[in-house]
Formats: sequence, C-alpha cells, structure tokens
Amino acid sequence: MGPSGCGKTTLLRVLGGLTAPSGGAVVADGRAVWSEGRADRQALTQLAMVFQEANLLPWFSVVDNIALPLRLRGVPRAERRAEAARLCELVGIAGFEDHRPHALSVGMRHRAALARALVESPRVLLLDEPFAALDAITRETMNLELERIWLARPCTAVLVTHAISEAVFLADRVVSLSARPARVLAITDVPFLRPRPLDLQHEQDFQGLVRGVRSYLTAAQGG
Amino acid sequence: MTSTRLSLATVLWIVGIAVVFVGAWKVYVEVSDISRFVLPAPDDVGLALVDILGEARTWHHLRVTLTEIVLGFAAAVTVGVIVGTVLGELPAVERVVNPYLIVLQVLPKVAIIPLLLLWMGFGPSAKILIAAVFAFFPMTAGTRAGIRSVEPGNLDLAATLQMSRWKRLWLIELRAALPSILTGMEVAIVLATVGAVVSEYLAGGEGLGWLAVVNLNQLQVDNLFAVIVLLCALGIVLYVAVAALRRWLVPWHPSATQRPPGV
Ligand SMILES: Nc1ncnc2c1ncn2[C@@H]1O[C@H](COP(=O)(O)OP(=O)(O)O)[C@@H](O)[C@H]1O
Ligand SMILES: [Mg+2]
Repeated sequence: MGPSGCGKTTLLRVLGGLTAPSGGAVVADGRAVWSEGRADRQALTQLAMVFQEANLLPWFSVVDNIALPLRLRGVPRAERRAEAARLCELVGIAGFEDHRPHALSVGMRHRAALARALVESPRVLLLDEPFAALDAITRETMNLELERIWLARPCTAVLVTHAISEAVFLADRVVSLSARPARVLAITDVPFLRPRPLDLQHEQDFQGLVRGVRSYLTAAQGG
Repeated sequence: MTSTRLSLATVLWIVGIAVVFVGAWKVYVEVSDISRFVLPAPDDVGLALVDILGEARTWHHLRVTLTEIVLGFAAAVTVGVIVGTVLGELPAVERVVNPYLIVLQVLPKVAIIPLLLLWMGFGPSAKILIAAVFAFFPMTAGTRAGIRSVEPGNLDLAATLQMSRWKRLWLIELRAALPSILTGMEVAIVLATVGAVVSEYLAGGEGLGWLAVVNLNQLQVDNLFAVIVLLCALGIVLYVAVAALRRWLVPWHPSATQRPPGV
C-alpha cells in the first residue's frame, strides 16, 4: 500500500517484467527476473499478473481468454478449454464460458482476468488494484472470493491496493510505502488465521492493525 | 443502442424520398421543354433499363466491370493490409515511406490512368491495376491506424505472457485492427468501382463504363441513364456486401451492432 502516485504500479511492473528497473534486483524463486535490462523468460513463466482493467481480449470468448496462456504454450484446444472451464467454475463465472467479455459485468470480467492469471498455476501472482473499479459491496464479496480462490490454488500473491482494511483483511504482511519515490515505511504482520470471516473487520485486533497502517500512511502523506 | 433492423417508418421515409425525387424529375421533364437528349423522363429510363437488361451483352459488360472491381479490390486489400501492418509495426520504416504514401495519395490518380493504360495495354490487367491503385490508400491507412489502436493494456498482456512478435500480431494486433481495416474496405470498394469505371471510359471495348460512353456518343441518352442506374446498383451491392462483413468478422466490436452509414 502507499499513497496514490507513489510508484506501486511501477514497482509491480518491475516485479512482473514489464518495466526495467534502473537499479536493484528482483529475485523470484531464486531466479533473477531482470538481467542486463532484459526480463528473464524462465523467471516470467512463474509469474502471472492481474491488471487494474481486466484487460480481456474482446474478440475472444471468456474461455478462450482464460485459456490464452495455455494456447501460447501449445496445449491442445480441448484440453485447454477444459482447464479454462474448471477455472470458470472456481472463480464463479460458470455458465458464461462462451460469452464475450463485453457481455459480462465489470466484476465478472475481473473474475475472468483472475482465472486467466491462475490458469498456468503461477508461483507468484501480481495484482494491481484489481478491484479498484468495483462498488463497495461487490468489492467486499470479491475480497472473500479472492481468499477462497487463493486457498484453493495457493501461491505467493502481491496485491496492490489503496484500501487499508482490504490490505489487512487479505494479507499476511502489509508493506506501507512512502510518497514518491517510494520507500518502505513499515512492514506489518497480520496474524489472523484463514479463512477469515468478514466479521473479522469488526474485531479489536483487526482495527488496531488498520489504525497502525493508517498512521504510517498519513505520516507519509504529511512528510 | 441503435436498432439493427430498419423500422417501418424508416423504410417509408426512404421509399418516400425516392418517390418524391422521381416524381419531381418526371414533373420537371413534362413542364419544362428540356430536350429528351439532355434529360429523359424517368419512365423512359425505366424502359431503357428493362431493354438493356434483356440483352446478353449488357450482362457481359457487367461481368467484365465486376471482375475488374473485385480483382482490383482484392489486390488492394492484400497489399494494403500487408503494407499497413508493416507501417504500423515499424515506425522507422513508416517515417521513410510516409512522404511517398502522401504523394501517392494527393496525386490526381485520374491523371495517371492514361500512363498506366499506355504501359499495360488496354486489356483488363490495366483496369484491375487502376482499381487497385484507387483502393490502395484507404486500405493502408485503415490497417495502419488499426494496428496503432491496440490498447496498451493488451500489449502489457502480450508482454507478461511472453508472446512472440508473430503471436502478438496474429492474436492481438490484427484482430484489434479489424474494425479499422473494415472501414478501409468500405471506402476501398467504392474507390475500386470508380477506378474501374473511369478506366473503362478512357480505353478498351468492354465494361459498363465503356457502354456508357458508347451510348453517350450515339446520343442514346435513355440508355446512358440506364447504364448509370446499373452502375449505381452495382456499387450499392458491392458496398453493402463489404459492409455486411462487419457483423460476421467483428461481432465483438460496437460498430458491428450499429448500422454502417448508408445501409
Ligand atoms: N522510483 C521511481 N523513480 C522514478 N519515477 C517513479 C518511481 N516510482 C514511480 N515513478 C513515477 O511516478 C508515477 C506514478 O507511479 P505509479 O506507479 O503509477 O503510482 P501508483 O500506482 O502508486 O499510483 C509514474 O509516472 C512513475 O513513472
Ligand atoms: Mg497504480
């Protein structure tokens, strides 16, 4: 988390091999993502990214969008469509497999984008404010869903968000960043067991953590 | 959203305007003493049309013109999509080629038709080439604009999925370009028709353009009008056929559910 414009997206793009860093190293699973200004292909196959806009290809049906990473790897059509259909089930958009993205609600498009990111069972999942465009209620459901889906297909996930309670609710660790250029202000461990019920948000411990993170961020905005 | 089917009211308006136009034409011919060699009455044109449609040679000329248009159009689409893709993909090439493309575009193409006829003879290949030259620019421009119109997010997706250049072209860029390519085709089919007909005016002994000139020289003005009506019908059929591709090729795009202009 961090104030708007501090470089969260930039950082995630560096992690995901989209923007070359001017210095430093990104190591995923013991492999450097960047070497000499070029993204390492092998390291990138372990990564999947969910963008702020769902970024589905409008000319493909939902299954074909989800199956796209498999198609690029040469998985036969029937097989990849079957796997994509399983993921539709998992993310809760079963029945819409053959619809085109524009026929889906915004929330459903994000579910499809998540399914596409998960289809290759990545080791690391990068999510850039995936639910920022959603209304509060849908967003809350999506958070629960995200945890459920993540428990079904566990992997390391890096989630960028600017909603503090969302961060605390979903994360094992919340990293607070300063204003641009971003520095790590604090790393807050979140000890709650999973699956976490929505009611957790009303508990003392939870609200204590939220207050803690907020104080770092307000300090960051002030200075 | 715009309705994709014509409502009865719209049809009545379209037919009504045509009826009023033809009626005014008839009245004008009757009340003014304009010569029948300048403006024949619409019913005479109708009779002439029935007349020439009954003749086998009319159909032969129609076939000749249609072939020239379709082949010229097909060549322009092929070359235009390839050139437009290269220009869209390679900005360095585009910067070099662009001035020449602009010259080709602003050059009065009608003026070079005699040259092309001189070099290629009066046969069909010259006319196909002229139709293609007329139709080439909108195809190239449409394709280039389409390739450039890809959403940056889709390119990010291609990068995270490590698509090869060819995969990206095939799975993303060409598909994103298709609506714009189709717009190019809608303009190109009209220009290919113009190119073919004008080159027939100028040379050769076949085709509807040639038939029009023959009728003009013989002062068969009724027949001349009938040929013009036939050319209009041909142009409309070709344009509608191309415009109809949109529904079929890009059902995912908003333009496919809207009625293309003029249809
Ligand atoms: N470390 C950095 N050094 C230089 N420029 C940066 C850095 N981090 C971010 N920026 C610039 O700041 C702007 C906003 O960054 P962005 O990542 O979109 O912020 P956020 O996603 O946190 O709102 C971008 O133009 C980006 O290039
Ligand atoms: Mg951002």
